[in-house]
Amino acid sequence: MKENPLILEMRGITKVFPGVKALSDVTLEVKRDSIHSICGENGAGKSTLMKVLSGVYPYGTYSGQIIFDGREMKFRNIKESEQTGIAIIHQELTMIPELSITENIFMGNELTNGGLIDWTEQRRRTVELLDKVGLNISPDTLIKNLGVGQQQLVEIAKALSKNVKLLILDEPTSALNEDDSANLLELMRGLKEKGITCIMISHKLNEIAAISDAVTVIRDGQTVESYEVVAGQVDENKIIRSMVGRSIENRYPEHKSNPGEVIFEVSNWNIEDPAVKGRMACKNSSFYVRAGEVVGFAGLMGAGRTELMRSIFGQNYGIYKSGTIKIKGKKVKLKTVQAAIKHGIAYVPEDRKNLGLNLLDSIRKTIVSANMDKILTNGLLDSTKELKASEEYRKALRIKCKDVGVGVSTLSGGNQQKVVLSKWMFTEPDVLILDEPTRGIDVGAKYEIYKLIHELADQGKAVIMVSSELPELLGVADRIYTIFEGAITGELRAEEADQEALMKRMTVTSA
Amino acid sequence: MKYIKQVLGEDLRQYTMVLALAVLIVVFNVISDGRMLTSSNFQNLLSGNAYVLILALGMLMVIVIGQIDLSVGSVAGFSGMVMAKAASELNLPWYLAVLIALAIGALVGAWNGFFLAKLGIPGFITTLGSMMMFRGAVIWISQSISVPAPEELRFFGAGYMPEWGPKSTGMNNSTLVLGIIGIIALIIIEVRKYKNSGQIAGAKQPLWVVVARTVLISLIIAYFTWLYGTGREGTSFPIPGLILLILVIVYHIITQKTRFGRHIYAVGGNKSAAALSGVNVSRTYFLTMMNMSMLAAVAGILFVGRSTAAGPADGNQWEMDAIASVFIGGAAVSGGVGTIIATMVGGMVMAVLNNGLMLMGVGADKTQVIKGLVLLIAVAFDVYNKKVGKASIIGRLFPSKEAAKN
Repeated sequence: MKENPLILEMRGITKVFPGVKALSDVTLEVKRDSIHSICGENGAGKSTLMKVLSGVYPYGTYSGQIIFDGREMKFRNIKESEQTGIAIIHQELTMIPELSITENIFMGNELTNGGLIDWTEQRRRTVELLDKVGLNISPDTLIKNLGVGQQQLVEIAKALSKNVKLLILDEPTSALNEDDSANLLELMRGLKEKGITCIMISHKLNEIAAISDAVTVIRDGQTVESYEVVAGQVDENKIIRSMVGRSIENRYPEHKSNPGEVIFEVSNWNIEDPAVKGRMACKNSSFYVRAGEVVGFAGLMGAGRTELMRSIFGQNYGIYKSGTIKIKGKKVKLKTVQAAIKHGIAYVPEDRKNLGLNLLDSIRKTIVSANMDKILTNGLLDSTKELKASEEYRKALRIKCKDVGVGVSTLSGGNQQKVVLSKWMFTEPDVLILDEPTRGIDVGAKYEIYKLIHELADQGKAVIMVSSELPELLGVADRIYTIFEGAITGELRAEEADQEALMKRMTVTSA
Repeated sequence: MKYIKQVLGEDLRQYTMVLALAVLIVVFNVISDGRMLTSSNFQNLLSGNAYVLILALGMLMVIVIGQIDLSVGSVAGFSGMVMAKAASELNLPWYLAVLIALAIGALVGAWNGFFLAKLGIPGFITTLGSMMMFRGAVIWISQSISVPAPEELRFFGAGYMPEWGPKSTGMNNSTLVLGIIGIIALIIIEVRKYKNSGQIAGAKQPLWVVVARTVLISLIIAYFTWLYGTGREGTSFPIPGLILLILVIVYHIITQKTRFGRHIYAVGGNKSAAALSGVNVSRTYFLTMMNMSMLAAVAGILFVGRSTAAGPADGNQWEMDAIASVFIGGAAVSGGVGTIIATMVGGMVMAVLNNGLMLMGVGADKTQVIKGLVLLIAVAFDVYNKKVGKASIIGRLFPSKEAAKN
């Protein structure tokens, strides 16, 4: 039998949720031993398609055909798709932090000998697998002691342990820093050589451009385009055009900033890591922000950006050692988050779901939650004032929702972020710290957030924007600081900076 | 059916429970040949369960912050016993004895709160320790002997409001006044809500809906006013019921209308996000635990007053009834969800079950089995509904167009 050049064909896949057609007649053809990228805005249907493929939505709940390795597949569950050789690595990692690498890799597929777990064999196999993904650590290491990048590699090792032929990676680099991302992409190339086909879902066009052999773009549940490419020569703008259905000439809004006085100043800031005694999370950091200025902070994950910001925000992180904060020229001591808020600082955390929002709450309750004094009448919360305030923000920020009474968990990532921003705008801060404000948000919503950042700056607020996406910082900020290992290693004006210049300072100590 | 939904409001789950409660009362009334819906039975029902419902008020808040308090029964027993001892052996006046009991509640609450808020020991462990300690302490200080309580306390535990005014009303006039106040307050609240809702486009309800709802609830209040007011001479809406009513109103306002209330839900929903929004998490923990133990002392005082003596076994297993009320009322084990009103409905379901089964002559053993089953079914129904995304029994029986879309 002649080998089929296609490892996977999905034909006419249609999946309907009550009231919503998530996928409509989607076709996907993936060639053997290739890296196939799937792009599309959030909610376009990429994840749904992958869930159909991996059996999360069993056969019969969708219509259409899946042909894998020349045979039609009717998966009833994930286990069946795994046995066939399809493995999916989800955006959220799914390992158990308190267990070791070995235990996690063989979870549910334990190797046994006479009914008991064969630890020697499992450990031996784990070392082999870790070697394949380029990890050189003990198989007994607990998952919780690994960095996110390493965890991702263990996930891949786990997939490899199941003799995978088709590996699906759902936004694999969204939580990784540049080094780990590059590592992972390299590993994917290696897997391709070894005869493992990869499907990658990603928002990061540069990564898609770097490694893809083929690209499929999905929009509103339909395949828009699908074509083969040569890795390294991909037209990113073409992908963007078909993703959004229009061309975004400029991914970043034009803005002329008008900086005033220095209103926020941090000097010689030293913070100790609460987990490791003697390790400094922030080393003698000093910086300032002017009113009406957008200041970017560039640093790889783990460089201490979030630690710096959270320690400033009322010592929410770490053990304070020394350093001063000046707001509008006056020295302030901010020992609690309450004090920080009172002094006009707002902090939008990077982890929206775990730190930014109470997912049980409604939009209206969330928006007023950081400044309830503003809606008090005779000492009691006034629901009319609350409704008015939240309506105001819904309109101003164009939050898409049925009404402000619905739960924040029903919103898309971009709209959730707008709610978090509303919550902090409601505190009328002078200094806004935005930690990765556009993570997990689609292209259109990002543009709106950038515009909002500029509007806030135009109102005379000092805006600090932490991001690991360098183009974003270059496109939005007026001035950029770089951080490496807890220390500020450089300061550049946005006009004179470029990605290489920033990256150099983010990876090398200035000493 | 759309109209019924409009009248009952958005929160259908709550009304499902109210409906279940109403059905339960009617069914028991039929089975027991009308012995359920009598003045004396309902007076007893309320004064006999007020203490558990008071515990449930505090327990709701504890469960909303994602904790649990197992010590409430022991604390209630202990503070009741100290009160009785102080009055009978130190000859303190009754009001001082009551203050001492409340102070003990506050102290124990501070103790529980300290371990939870400052040392980060889970409430389950902290209060398991307190439960054992104070149960032991009750037996220790009482030497397993009941202690008579001051006579004055009977008023709080089982007393009635005074008789006065014209006999021509045919009922206890205090109860009548209370009912009238209730209806007037209801009308004022509904009118204010209606007016305020007019300020925002799209939020306004049709007038007839407001009127229908007000009339419906007024009729219910009127019926119970009549039921409680027309008992035997000298009886009325019971004092423990009145205390409960006041506490329910106070705690409803605290949980829904104050910053502290919002903080409780914020901490229970997402502790880290709450901390980053400026909520003092450990303070919220501390105050909630302290409040719980103070309410436990109140419950202990009412119970001692009703039984005229403090016994060494007072408060045994009360925590279980309080916790069950909260969960039947729809609170989430993981915290962040639950309301005072729904908890009261949950507690009433338990109380009516107890009472109705007793009227039917079902033994305490079987009653316990049935109560356990009801708790499981209520929570399972809740979990199931959340999974399929349906609102309630009502939403299930009468799906409207809006519901079908979701």
